[in-house]
Amino acid sequence: MSATPMPAPAPDELIDRVLTALDSLTDPEIPVVTLRELGILRDVRMTDDGLEVVITPTYSGCPAMGQIEDDVRATLAGIGIAARVVTRLSPAWTTDWMSEAAKEKLRAYGIAPPHRLPAPEVGVVRFMKKPAAETVACPQCGSTNTTLTSQFSSTACKALYRCLDCREPFDYFKPY
Amino acid sequence: MSTTADYILHLADNAVVLGQRNAEWCGHGPILEEDLALANVSLDLIGQARLLYQRAATLLGGDATEDSLAYFRDAAEFRNYTLLELPHHGPLVGYAASDRDYATTIVRNFLYSALMVQLWDGLTKSSDSELAAIAAKSLKEASYHLHHARDWLVRLGDGTDESHARVQAAVDHLMPYTEEFWTPSPAESTAVAAGVGVDVRTLRAGWDALVNDAFAEATVTRPAFRGYITEGKVGVHSEHLGFLLTEMQSLARAHPGATW
Repeated sequence: MSATPMPAPAPDELIDRVLTALDSLTDPEIPVVTLRELGILRDVRMTDDGLEVVITPTYSGCPAMGQIEDDVRATLAGIGIAARVVTRLSPAWTTDWMSEAAKEKLRAYGIAPPHRLPAPEVGVVRFMKKPAAETVACPQCGSTNTTLTSQFSSTACKALYRCLDCREPFDYFKPY
Repeated sequence: MSTTADYILHLADNAVVLGQRNAEWCGHGPILEEDLALANVSLDLIGQARLLYQRAATLLGGDATEDSLAYFRDAAEFRNYTLLELPHHGPLVGYAASDRDYATTIVRNFLYSALMVQLWDGLTKSSDSELAAIAAKSLKEASYHLHHARDWLVRLGDGTDESHARVQAAVDHLMPYTEEFWTPSPAESTAVAAGVGVDVRTLRAGWDALVNDAFAEATVTRPAFRGYITEGKVGVHSEHLGFLLTEMQSLARAHPGATW
């Protein structure tokens, strides 16, 4: 008697399995937020060439991107699913894609979450204006009595601030 | 005959050469925060260069890769602005050594970023969709580079007598090299005709406005220009590029094909 082959999982079920597995992956530098919450994991979809996982880079030179791609491949291999990992540049990643839940996790982790990007202006004028002094609330004590120490901090995506009330330094995830 | 790849190599070489120059400050910054800032700016620039070299390699085909383009071309094949290869100090012959001068670093980053915010903005409408996608990302990064450099330009220019004198000397030294921005190269003209590139001459008024506005706030005088227009973007470089490339390319050339 021949064994009945297992039916191939339906694409939707397969995609759900991949998404569930990939949801265990966090940013290598910020281990409290997942790639999906950050907007790095863009899509998991079935194409004519099979399953495809689409990711998008954050900053052009972010050293974490190589690690993120390796993590995605290793996770897919771990659950025995063959899929291509595709890097897509357009539309460009923006911090506006971060979920509110992710922003709350950043705050709890000690990183002030990014403000929403202002509506884009046109012309050279927008580059002339000094960047508006952003009011960034201290993630430790909530005070808005804070000051910018440096526009680049531990990574390119963060600025270094200091709270003038609780005196703690903290990172601010810059709008991108 | 110039091609789209030549134009993209010009953009990539600009980014990699300035990224490599600024990386010289890693571990030597005047203060810890600036050490980190310059390293982060370099990471952005080298990241932009990688994306651009990957695009150029695809267009060139054959054996070209991002690594072959960055590490196995010689100085005369590089298409960066001469401004970006100069050392971090005033005029010196190539083999002379001097202390790095942070004012030179800041003024150069400002002059270049003030061009690039406009150039990347224009390139987001490039007919080469990959280049347009790279431009959209790079514009976000160049805006932060401009803010950083402008902030320090004003702090140092409108600072002590010593910092003011250094910024003014850096402006006097570097400004003549910016004339190269406005003379289109064959690669730029071809790219403009194809809808791939931006006509740099259309950016001059905006660049002048950015520069004059910042110089006024920094209490710096803009020198009048008269003299030789450099031609790094057609491959005629200063003696400094060879030293920079020798250091940058030495590992890849000593161990071709090595991975880690």
